[in-house]
Amino acid sequence: MATAVDLVRDTPFTIGGRSFHSRLMVGTGKYPDAAMMVHAVEASGAEIVTVAVRRVDLDRRRPESVLHHLDSNRYFLLANTAGCYTAEDAIRYARLGREAGFNEFVKLEVIGDEETLLPDVQGLLEATKVLVREGFTVMAYTNEDLVTALRLEAAGAAAVMPLASPIGSGLGLLHPLWVRTIKRRLTVPVVVDAGVGTASDACLTMEQGVDGILMNTAIAQARDPALMAHAMRLAVEAGRAAFRAGRMAKRDVALPSSPTEGMLD
Amino acid sequence: MPETIEIVVNGEPHGVPDGSTLLELLAALDLDARTVVVEHNRRIVRRPGLGDVRVGPGDAIELVHFVGGG
Repeated sequence: MATAVDLVRDTPFTIGGRSFHSRLMVGTGKYPDAAMMVHAVEASGAEIVTVAVRRVDLDRRRPESVLHHLDSNRYFLLANTAGCYTAEDAIRYARLGREAGFNEFVKLEVIGDEETLLPDVQGLLEATKVLVREGFTVMAYTNEDLVTALRLEAAGAAAVMPLASPIGSGLGLLHPLWVRTIKRRLTVPVVVDAGVGTASDACLTMEQGVDGILMNTAIAQARDPALMAHAMRLAVEAGRAAFRAGRMAKRDVALPSSPTEGMLD
Repeated sequence: MPETIEIVVNGEPHGVPDGSTLLELLAALDLDARTVVVEHNRRIVRRPGLGDVRVGPGDAIELVHFVGGG
């Protein structure tokens, strides 16, 4: 007979041939200071941690490398191409990130619009094809469009990452149906990236059946980032378990939970 | 004394002794070659090769590293 622990145990979360325990991935940007970032990342239980590639500040006015604060043996560092508006730029940043980092993974962003930070899906597809040819494991940040998601998978993306809502907006999961549809139609892992605002958003997102969530601002800009990171960890686990458990059917009328027989006269 | 040549480092003009290698440039800037990636005229130069590549007048050097991001 299966024990309670067996019933709870999930299938491993695997991207590009690597398995991870945590389905929550976190960013390292926008924290008030490095110590708070480190505490929050620890509290999140995340293994995959995103970082950005930027010029070294030769005048030492901007903070030093994030590697001074994060142990690269403990965390799997995922370089992003945030801030890139063309496929060419994103490819350049991806190559630099691979060189700076410790793995062939890239969180690929090709942004098409400054106000919404929505992806340029044409540039994204183009960059995905080039980087896959170069041996990268591409995790592609995209919108909730199924056709683009299918094309990214066909182009060799190792994971497709539809947004919940715009980057940094905290608006939560705007289109559960499309995220669910993408998950249903794709074979590669689907990780929702961007837009989650609080724990209930993360839980609802995981209840759609997606493989994981990547978030940054919701934790970094919380009043207590480490506490929010803890909440997100629980929410991702709860949402995942609820999805696997299979929710009850909804009804428009009540159904008693206690027997209707055996009542006193 | 070698002559000083002008190169561009991270978008800013920068003087270095003629014949400097990329490794010497990093040392002059007090940067740790283990955490910095060097792009020389748009080509990435890997760590073991930094001591072999010399910079020439007008060369564009980008020095990047990992910072916090999402």
